[in-house]
Amino acid sequence: MSFTEEEVILDRPAFQEVPPRQKILDALMSKDTTVSLDEDALEHEMVLNMGPQHPATHGVLRVLLRLDGETVINAECELGYLHRGYEKLAENMTYHEFIPHTDRLDYISPVANNIAYVMAVEKLLKLEIPRRAQYIRVICAELARISSHLMAMGALAMDVGALTVFVWALREREKLYDIFDVVTGVRFTVSYMRIGGMAQDLEEQGIKMIRAFLDGLPEAIGEIAAMLHKNRIFIERTASIGIMPPDEALDMGWTGPNLRGSGIPADLRRDNPYLVYNELDFDVITRQECDVLARYMVRFEEIKQSAKIVRQCIDNLPNGDVWAHDAKKVLPRKGEIYSNMEELINDFMLVNFGQAAPLGEVYSGIEAAKGELGWYLISNGTGFPWRSKIRSPSFVNLQGLARILEGSMISDIVAIIGSIDPIMGEADK
Amino acid sequence: MVIEALIKIAIVLFVVLTGVSYTVLVERWVCAWVQDRIGPNRVGPLGLFQPLADVLKLLLKEDIEPLMAQKWFHWVAPVISIAVAFSVLAIVPFGHVLMLGNHAIPLTIASGINIGVLYIVALTSLGVYGITLAGWSSGSKYSLLGGLRSSAQMISYELTLGLGLLSVIMLSGSLDLNTIINSQAQGLWNVVRAPLGFLLFFVSSFAETNRQPFDLPEAEPELVGGYHTEYSSMKFALFFLAEYANIITASAVMTVLFFGGWHLPFVDQLGLSSLAMTIIGVLAFALKVIGLLFVFIWVRWTVPRFRYDQLMNLGWKVLLPLGILNIILTAFEKIYLIA
Repeated sequence: MSFTEEEVILDRPAFQEVPPRQKILDALMSKDTTVSLDEDALEHEMVLNMGPQHPATHGVLRVLLRLDGETVINAECELGYLHRGYEKLAENMTYHEFIPHTDRLDYISPVANNIAYVMAVEKLLKLEIPRRAQYIRVICAELARISSHLMAMGALAMDVGALTVFVWALREREKLYDIFDVVTGVRFTVSYMRIGGMAQDLEEQGIKMIRAFLDGLPEAIGEIAAMLHKNRIFIERTASIGIMPPDEALDMGWTGPNLRGSGIPADLRRDNPYLVYNELDFDVITRQECDVLARYMVRFEEIKQSAKIVRQCIDNLPNGDVWAHDAKKVLPRKGEIYSNMEELINDFMLVNFGQAAPLGEVYSGIEAAKGELGWYLISNGTGFPWRSKIRSPSFVNLQGLARILEGSMISDIVAIIGSIDPIMGEADK
Repeated sequence: MVIEALIKIAIVLFVVLTGVSYTVLVERWVCAWVQDRIGPNRVGPLGLFQPLADVLKLLLKEDIEPLMAQKWFHWVAPVISIAVAFSVLAIVPFGHVLMLGNHAIPLTIASGINIGVLYIVALTSLGVYGITLAGWSSGSKYSLLGGLRSSAQMISYELTLGLGLLSVIMLSGSLDLNTIINSQAQGLWNVVRAPLGFLLFFVSSFAETNRQPFDLPEAEPELVGGYHTEYSSMKFALFFLAEYANIITASAVMTVLFFGGWHLPFVDQLGLSSLAMTIIGVLAFALKVIGLLFVFIWVRWTVPRFRYDQLMNLGWKVLLPLGILNIILTAFEKIYLIA
């Protein structure tokens, strides 16, 4: 359809009458999220668009807020700005090929995603992995939890204005990155786990570094505690805001530290032990206050518990291989591929056609740092998953955000978002 | 007389402008020290040319004016901020009297103003216009919220500031800054004579200069930058300079009112020449200002930020009653201890 020149000119609204951002405003108004600009912003409610480009939304979370002064009347969250279609991507690659993509989900604790994914595939393939590999996985998962919780605590502190605590938390995370560098060969996107084991064994140097890190950890988090836990400004900024009652937290499907901060002692590590968690001694931390401070304190205490778990694992680390012996399912070692014909053939088949998983479907979840991270895989008997569904904790936890934002103030919003600890890479998948 | 004033203006402006840019550098160093980092050390020896690089960068940036901005107010707001920040320095005595032959030069730009305290209060109140106008004229909701916060905050804390000041006026019986310094030189410094007054003035100064924990008008995690979100290039730089100029001004005023200005105890008993005394006085003044500046920076990197309602509660329910108590205490002190 084409306009004559005259029509175009007639259709053009006069500049003064229509604000230049009318199109955006119309889009917002059609969702009933905004009020007309004709109204006086000081006398009526105002709609504030927070994100997706906002320093406190931890990535690309978008929150639409209807404000009365500084008080939030209602809020609406919008996800999907970091959607990369990982579930669909997984259908077009072998089980192994997807492992590097899991690093990019919860990029604060990538190795935990590796573990969650390969455990689901191993369950599908009915693979048993050696005990040493299980111990190393627990070590890695707990280090990832410490890393994630440090980030969550630091980010919450930064959101309420204590930038220094954030930098201190990052300093400790830097040590963890160094450990992952030595243990896995990569600092950030580790892709350490393999189906049936892991890329390489945990060497003595890595163990030494982990021990050094654990020795320094109490002092480091003690420093953070000294800065915040007796600071009246911090307590007043975080206590009694963002309250999520236990029953509603369950209804919302919350898991992880957020649910435990609402007083429900749910922890997959204890309730449905996987790997070797049933042999380890640790406490499930809960707080009854249900507010931002409670969620913060749960994370703070969980760091100590994780450190305890890692120490037990290192002390009791069994000897042996770190990969299962099943030529049809587990990638052979590089040295063997170069010298043995059989291994070369297996490697070729596994890399090109994947593990021929039995027909069926499987769900496997682990207690990741943010909550229950699960994979639901449907196999049609080929080396490619027919469906790969990711149950990402950040996505589920964010469903409760709008509910607990209501009635808070603008300054609280950032603290509440920080306390839920969403990672948008994981929420948007 | 005019030439003398112009020379003094030039010197003070030069010192303060340099001071402002180096306060920024020192702030970054202190921040790095607090946070276990190294801090700026790339530009020049020890990073000493960093301020030059910063200014150059800001000068070369494009000056963006938002479509919805009120152009004239958007332009004038940073000018108000910086002008007010520097104007206060006109009456701050940074030394005693400099004797050149028989010619006495008072080390104040505008000497002989006998209502100095009123002038300070009047001008610092004007500073809020710069921020509020900036927030309102930017045509952005975040800026608007920042501007609104700042007007409410600064007006609330102005009261406490004034009540803290009253104790100084009561103790020295004058609004003239030189008289206030002299009264401290003869007796004790006001920080000892009116500790509560100093505390009130100190806390309100943080609020007046929008520094952590009272930096709600900026509140980066919440309002992205508050009133200066939509500013760029030199207009942003003016706000930036104004913030640091305000800290320097607040430190200088605090030095004059509570820390005896250029006065150092026991120095006048050494029997030095008048020139040496003047130089020592100026150095003492500078040292006290730098010390207070360090406190400003140190606090910023240590504590979190208040929430809006908590800020108001603190201002009206805690500090204001304390301010009134302070006046009563000072009155008793004046009647029974000093007189």
